Amino acid sequence: MSLLVVAEHDQNTIKVPTRVAVAAAQAIGGEIHLLVAGEGCQGAIDAAAQIEGVSKVLAVDHANYGHALAEEMSALIVSLAEGYTHILTATTTSGKNYMPRVAALLDVAQISDIMAVESADTFQRPIYAGNAIATVQSSDAVKVLTVRGTAFDPVSAEGGSASIEVREGPATAGLSSWVREDVVVLERPELTAASIIVSGGRGMQNGENFAMLESVADKLGAALGASRAAVDAGFVPNDMQVGQTGKIVAPDLYIAVGISGAIQHLAGMKDSKVIVAINKDEDAPIFQVADYGLVADLFKAVPELDGQL
Amino acid sequence: MKILVTAKRVVDYNVNIRVLADQSGVDLNNVKMSVNPFDEIAIEEAVRLKEAGKAEEVVVVSVGATQCQEQLRTALALGADRGILVETDEDMQPLAIAKVLKAVIDKESPKLVITGKQAIDGDNSQTGQMLAALAGLSQATFASEIELEEDSATVTREIDGGLETISVTLPAVVTTDLRLNEPRYASLPNIMKAKKKPIDVMSPADLGVDVAPRVKTLKVEPPAGRAAGIKVESVEELVDKLRNEAKVIS
Ligand SMILES: Cc1cc2nc3c(=O)[nH]c(=O)nc-3n(C[C@H](O)[C@H](O)[C@H](O)COP(=O)(O)OP(=O)(O)OC[C@H]3O[C@@H](n4cnc5c(N)ncnc54)[C@H](O)[C@@H]3O)c2cc1C
Ligand SMILES: Nc1ncnc2c1ncn2[C@@H]1O[C@H](COP(=O)(O)O)[C@@H](O)[C@H]1O
Repeated sequence: MSLLVVAEHDQNTIKVPTRVAVAAAQAIGGEIHLLVAGEGCQGAIDAAAQIEGVSKVLAVDHANYGHALAEEMSALIVSLAEGYTHILTATTTSGKNYMPRVAALLDVAQISDIMAVESADTFQRPIYAGNAIATVQSSDAVKVLTVRGTAFDPVSAEGGSASIEVREGPATAGLSSWVREDVVVLERPELTAASIIVSGGRGMQNGENFAMLESVADKLGAALGASRAAVDAGFVPNDMQVGQTGKIVAPDLYIAVGISGAIQHLAGMKDSKVIVAINKDEDAPIFQVADYGLVADLFKAVPELDGQL
Repeated sequence: MKILVTAKRVVDYNVNIRVLADQSGVDLNNVKMSVNPFDEIAIEEAVRLKEAGKAEEVVVVSVGATQCQEQLRTALALGADRGILVETDEDMQPLAIAKVLKAVIDKESPKLVITGKQAIDGDNSQTGQMLAALAGLSQATFASEIELEEDSATVTREIDGGLETISVTLPAVVTTDLRLNEPRYASLPNIMKAKKKPIDVMSPADLGVDVAPRVKTLKVEPPAGRAAGIKVESVEELVDKLRNEAKVIS
């Protein structure tokens, strides 16, 4: 068997969720190739060759792939698909964007967000916001999969020595073009990579009050997260949303402040190792998943916590 | 221009679902069913584009059992002009649904298709992208803003790092994210009016689409539960527990 993993990168480094997808590919078994497509991405190509368990890097450095547009990425992946039994990528907004196109163009199903591998054709995946786990079997010749970022330990970024094969993609589809990006520059760890996360909800009341959580997060080396309500109200940017339809996280410690614990929020964080909830409502559902619950007014408890760290 | 929107019938987002003891699926008996929340956002966007004079007609499509008529009526009450039900009792998976929708757009030739980014039952997040691929159209997923022009649309997308803006050639498929708009509630007069709006019913076979499932569900189980934790009395106790019991902070 040969498996193709599609990498996500920032031109110079390969992102952690890609190494999680490689780990899933290892669990399936077979020869693993990594596709790095981008523009001006030699750094990422070299980094990819170091990744544990990868035997070959397919390198495509071309202007068509600079912004990973779905039409371009899917056409490229389909052009390289011959001979692979499995095509995988991480469940990120980028992977979710192009991978279903790949599956449709190959006339096969996609199995989204796998969290366990039972065999080469049988996988577990969450449904209903993680309130049920389905074991599914694919009868397609090629398995197209996205891999949940919290489900496997990433393989090491080092220790591999893959060969690099330069490839070319098809002509541009020319259906869409990139205009601009408003990417939040993080001074803190990325949500999906952090070992501690401090999250705020509607209880924070406004964006300014998130400064309290920032101070705690800085002391703990933590990332900042939020509930949908906090994002919708404009307290914080959309990329901070944790949940069924936001980011899925599983840090060592998740501190939920002023978050009620709706199922859609729990879906994104209930696999965290230790959960702390600070909420003034002792009946808030978040306490049903919290290892340590503190019933308190956050405006009193958070500064106190800050002081004791 | 004509806009096509999709509406999936799903278990209401407020329902705490229960896995069946025989592991065949989740219990759908006497459970409240609704329009998938992301599809309500899609309907709302289409209706607003019509109200703004940018579109002439909004057609809503649902694929599934005969009860999907209820969700189509809801969409019609929210302002869609007519409905199409592609009726089937088959277990419809995203690829099959995308093929059905492709056949519908071949008939209807809409200039814009708006779907939800994800159905909250299967959490697949595939159908819109698959439809775009099958129809050879451009796509803009996870939209939080759509600016519609005559032959293109400029769409802001919610991505992992923040926001991205792209321009797509029409016809295109756009999938909705939560911040695109806040759907309205249907008024009573509009609910009454919706009863008179037409719904066309057809089958996948009428559309010449093979909907055989490719993926078999072997079993459905509840997730591993979390042991109940404790309540701490003070911040001091919390910090002590985190340092000395859980050992997650230093
Ligand atoms: C399709 C769909 C997708 C969704 N996806 C997501 C998702 O990905 N992520 C997500 O988070 N949600 C999601 N939601 C929304 C979800 O259903 C809830 O509405 C949301 O999580 C609520 O956010 P919250 O807990 O911050 O707000 P609320 O439910 O309003 O809770 C606020 C909490 O703060 C507490 N509080 C208030 N003041 C204080 C104080 N001074 N001190 C201490 N505690 C205080 C209150 O007791 C309350 O428990 C989704 C919903 C839908 C329909
Ligand atoms: N059976 C269906 N009928 C109508 N629309 C659907 C159906 N299934 C999926 N869709 C559309 O595709 C979107 C994404 O669904 P999914 O790929 O299943 O997560 C949904 O939000 C709907 O807009």
